[in-house]
Amino acid sequence: MRVVIAGAGLAGLRTAEALRERGFDGGIVLAGAEAHPPYSRPALSKELLSGRWEVEDAWLRRPAQGVDSLDVEMLLGRRAVAADVRARRVSFDDGTALSYDALVIATGSDAVQLPAIPPAPNVFLLRTLDDCLRLRAALSARPRVTVLGAGFIGSEVASVARAMGLDVTLVDRASAPLAHVLGDDVARLCARLHRDSGVELRFGVDVAGVDSDGAGVRRLRLSDGAILDTDLLVVGVGVRPAVAWLQGSGVHLDDGVVTDARCRTAVPGVFAVGDVARCHNPLFDAHLRVEHWTNASEQGTVAAAAILDRAPDQEAPTVPYFWSDQHGVKLQMVGHAAGHDAVRTIHHPTRDDRPVVLYRRGGRVVAAVGFSRPSIVMRMKSLIAARTEWDAAVAAALA
Amino acid sequence: MKIVVDWDKCDGNGVCMGIAPDIFEVDDEMNLNILVEEPGPERMQDVRQAVASCPVLALSLSDSD
Repeated sequence: MRVVIAGAGLAGLRTAEALRERGFDGGIVLAGAEAHPPYSRPALSKELLSGRWEVEDAWLRRPAQGVDSLDVEMLLGRRAVAADVRARRVSFDDGTALSYDALVIATGSDAVQLPAIPPAPNVFLLRTLDDCLRLRAALSARPRVTVLGAGFIGSEVASVARAMGLDVTLVDRASAPLAHVLGDDVARLCARLHRDSGVELRFGVDVAGVDSDGAGVRRLRLSDGAILDTDLLVVGVGVRPAVAWLQGSGVHLDDGVVTDARCRTAVPGVFAVGDVARCHNPLFDAHLRVEHWTNASEQGTVAAAAILDRAPDQEAPTVPYFWSDQHGVKLQMVGHAAGHDAVRTIHHPTRDDRPVVLYRRGGRVVAAVGFSRPSIVMRMKSLIAARTEWDAAVAAALA
Repeated sequence: MKIVVDWDKCDGNGVCMGIAPDIFEVDDEMNLNILVEEPGPERMQDVRQAVASCPVLALSLSDSD
């Protein structure tokens, strides 16, 4: 039996590891579009961009473990371009093709480009390790930096650039970025973190156009008529699941690859994990596409059990988790806040910039966000998994 | 097996605590305390998951002597 994993990020690697941990002795092919072995993607906008880590620090398999010990055939720099699910064959951009017994779709997501911003040497996306290293090198020339998009990636880039002492302007079309997902308190506090650290904020404006010269974008024209001079532009306006290669394959696509709770698509022998997968989550009774670390890690394990047609290891449903490092604060979120019907902000006894925010839906606690409050956030994670009633969760957070 | 922490890398994410709160504890100064350095075999499944889940790759296991 041969398992082909398309995508060599965390989710793909964990699938391979979990197959071997379960005693699978067939062939495993791990094919990744990037030229690098599996690495920690969250570090691209954090430790790697800031220079606190070198590239070797981000490898997911440490030298002692190696990838070799996994007995996986690693094909790097090879992008999957088509799947023939009847013939059980997947083809790659170099013209090669592989037959499989099980195909794991782990192609992740791609950064969204803005039509108003033409590609230029000083315009950066941040999705891959090569993107990160190029941006890091460019930041060392001490440019004036403009970041488009005040989501988590954009905010982290602004934070890293500001910590380097660079002039940073953060632009977002929303007047209160993050408010629609996480509520007003979180949005306000995130904006305050930026402002207190010296990031200039231009919220509620769009980019109407750019003026460029041979070296790249020089000025941004904003929708309120303002002109922004800049030396470097980072576009961080979100990602899209990388599923173009599966169009017409028969695999059900709807904002990602749709799967059941065990990462199985409706097509026999085809599974999906990580950013690209929209898996059913019984805890929230919804198909969720989660672009975060623990999700990618856990789904690799879930998919491995499904591939081997074994019962999952644990019944406990997955609670999404992610974190964002901004201006010395660790913002952490557990659960799924979309569609919440109430929010409760619980303040730190002495610091008004260190709250925990809880989210309610259907009488239960469904999510929590903390500002450098790891212990309480992790307690909330267990309560969310246990479908704890709202009042009890609030009481636990206050205790 | 003994839990080994790369203290230069650990930044108090607390994912380990979310998985095995009886073994790992993170306080609000983002400091990690290992409550049980050499967990018994009955806890190893969770401990292995915590090690594999560390988002900054700060945890590993070594054979205890």
